[in-house]
Amino acid sequence: MSWPHKHLLDIEPLSKEEIFYLFELAHRFEEINTRPVKKVPTLKGKSIILYFSEPSTRTKTSFDIAGKRLSADVFSLATKGSSEEKGESLKDTVLTLEAMNPDLIVVRHRHSGAPHFIASKVRCPVINAGDGWHSHPTQALLDGYTLSKYWDDFTGKTLLILGDIAHSRVARSDVALFTKLGVKVRVCGPPTLLPRNIDSWPVEVYYSLEEACRGVDAIQCLRLQLERQEAGLLPSLREYSMRFGLTPSHLSLAAKGVRVLHPGPMNRGVEISSSLADSSVSLILDQVNAGVAIRMALLHTYLMGRVKTS
Amino acid sequence: MHREFLIEDVTYRGERCSVYIKDGKIEDIWYGHEQKRKEVPIIEGKGHIMLPGLIDCHVHLRDPGQEYKEDIGSGLSAALAGGFSRVLAMANTEPVNDNASVTSYMISKAGSLYPHGPYLSPVGALTVGLKGRELSPFYELRDAGCVALSNDGVPVGNNEIFRRALEYASAASLLVMDHCEDPSLSEGGLMNEGEVSDRLGLKGQPVVAESLQVARDILLAQYLEIPIHLCHISCEQSVELIYWAKKRGIRVTAETCPHYLLWDESLIEGYNTLAKVNPPLRTRADVVAVRQGVREGIIDVIATDHAPHADFEKDVPFALAPNGISGLDTALSLLWSLVKEGELEIDDLIRCMCDNPSSIFGLDKNGFKRGDRADVVLFDPHLTWRVSANSLYSRGKNTPCMGEDLQGRVRLHIIGGRLLYQHRLEQSQ
Repeated sequence: MSWPHKHLLDIEPLSKEEIFYLFELAHRFEEINTRPVKKVPTLKGKSIILYFSEPSTRTKTSFDIAGKRLSADVFSLATKGSSEEKGESLKDTVLTLEAMNPDLIVVRHRHSGAPHFIASKVRCPVINAGDGWHSHPTQALLDGYTLSKYWDDFTGKTLLILGDIAHSRVARSDVALFTKLGVKVRVCGPPTLLPRNIDSWPVEVYYSLEEACRGVDAIQCLRLQLERQEAGLLPSLREYSMRFGLTPSHLSLAAKGVRVLHPGPMNRGVEISSSLADSSVSLILDQVNAGVAIRMALLHTYLMGRVKTS
Repeated sequence: MHREFLIEDVTYRGERCSVYIKDGKIEDIWYGHEQKRKEVPIIEGKGHIMLPGLIDCHVHLRDPGQEYKEDIGSGLSAALAGGFSRVLAMANTEPVNDNASVTSYMISKAGSLYPHGPYLSPVGALTVGLKGRELSPFYELRDAGCVALSNDGVPVGNNEIFRRALEYASAASLLVMDHCEDPSLSEGGLMNEGEVSDRLGLKGQPVVAESLQVARDILLAQYLEIPIHLCHISCEQSVELIYWAKKRGIRVTAETCPHYLLWDESLIEGYNTLAKVNPPLRTRADVVAVRQGVREGIIDVIATDHAPHADFEKDVPFALAPNGISGLDTALSLLWSLVKEGELEIDDLIRCMCDNPSSIFGLDKNGFKRGDRADVVLFDPHLTWRVSANSLYSRGKNTPCMGEDLQGRVRLHIIGGRLLYQHRLEQSQ
């Protein structure tokens, strides 16, 4: 069966049904990750290029492992050490890569719209692993998949996204995915870290963390980029962590069974208290595990199309 | 082609007429269908719209220094095809036009390539190297042939320096044209800050970056009693401030561009670098306000801010693309669509693209009065043409309407009674 999307650049074009299909497929692949021989031959002979123009631990390794567990040949290219340092344009870099006939390119880039740009230049599918402030669809999918193991039903649940919303591709994609699944989404942060247009987002806006936590079922903590303080957007990190850092006491205001997430990497003690990150309510490491499974599902789907899931 | 001939059967300001040109000047104009034949060559007007040769008071010809984008030759050929008998060329060349040498170079190159027009009037740099720190030698620039001064390309954030520049320029009798943009507010901004920038994850620059300096300029103009010209007004707030200023008799003139009259920020959807321009395309409400500003005379001039770039420069991720729209070839055709929609009238175009630029900058114009230089444009409103790399005379193909069919095109352009441009029918295919 065919998958109606050639590229995965943002969440918006995916239907609710397609998202649940990806969750199901990820669940099947997750089982492979627990076997002694963590490999299946499904993508044998396929060439996947990871073009990561921005530093990344988890996303890049996650895609790498996902591809290799499906027996694909995965090649990594970073800007550092590539001809882009010699001034080669992105267009030429990408056309050069495409001339080697990859079956799929995964892109992370610091400029919003770079994956769209690349997709317009190459013949193979492109998966966006995060572009600028704009979109991080695979992160949103793994966040949804992580919570799907604890939530029977998404409708009626409330999710709080906490932190630097304005500059966050994770926030934008999470809002898109979770509202599509019927979750009520809240955002909380200081006004300088909320986009000017936040009132037109399908979310409830809170400036007080205590108010925002009341009755929520899950909290996604966003990393505070330390440069924001230098840019005049915040008085100090101390002030930020005192007013917007998530601590165990905030959880007592939330719904029973509340879960805490973080896309990583974390600034322990700034946006999230260290003990909370390691506690039993934290799903941070589950997210990493879910990330590999979801990316296996995505690589499979974008290379092989849709399969029957029971 | 003699400099004595008759243009028969054209429409001028809505009326059918014929024009008799002698010695390169307007000799007579007859309305209605009266036939006053002379034994002279006749150009059949075919009912086309007759306009005076237009004046574009804001173009970037990139010459000297960036000739791969455009040079004086290709830029003036685009001006000619676009109906402009004169252009004012900005100073952000390489080297910057902050001295007599560059000014003279520009004038003499234009003069040798196009001795009979279109004419190039240089606009000198307001500060040395456009760095915003030291004033350029205004008298030297004026004597070399500059008709105005501008910082365009690099806004001046330091108000004291800007104030001193205005004072010094007024003694040299040169008008200052200001590109209004507060650099600290606009820093890193890639498009208008708003709903679209938020959705695309692009850093925006707020409208106040422009209106803040518009306000600064208006208040300085009032305080110093020195006139000032505001470049490429793009938003409602700026229009409101200019209206306030004019009501008080403050001597401020303002300019806008076809793109602010037609297009809004939604054109950037899909990360369209051809729509990336500074000031950025704003909201629909701003477009409406700018149109009203033109109709009501709050905005005095329509200029193109012609900003050509090479194709490969725009074929990059949005953040990396240079700002600018190539406009000389398409301006009249684009504005004509607004006339067809009833948003603007032909009289607005003549006022904003000929009469006002002429009076504001002290330049000759054709008012179709006896003795006026015969700079005449015949515009065929029914000629449809496709915007393509081949159909544009400018080396810069960076326009958002690339690939579109436009209705209306310049058929003939006469300058000083010489037929310098005639559109061949095959060109529209």
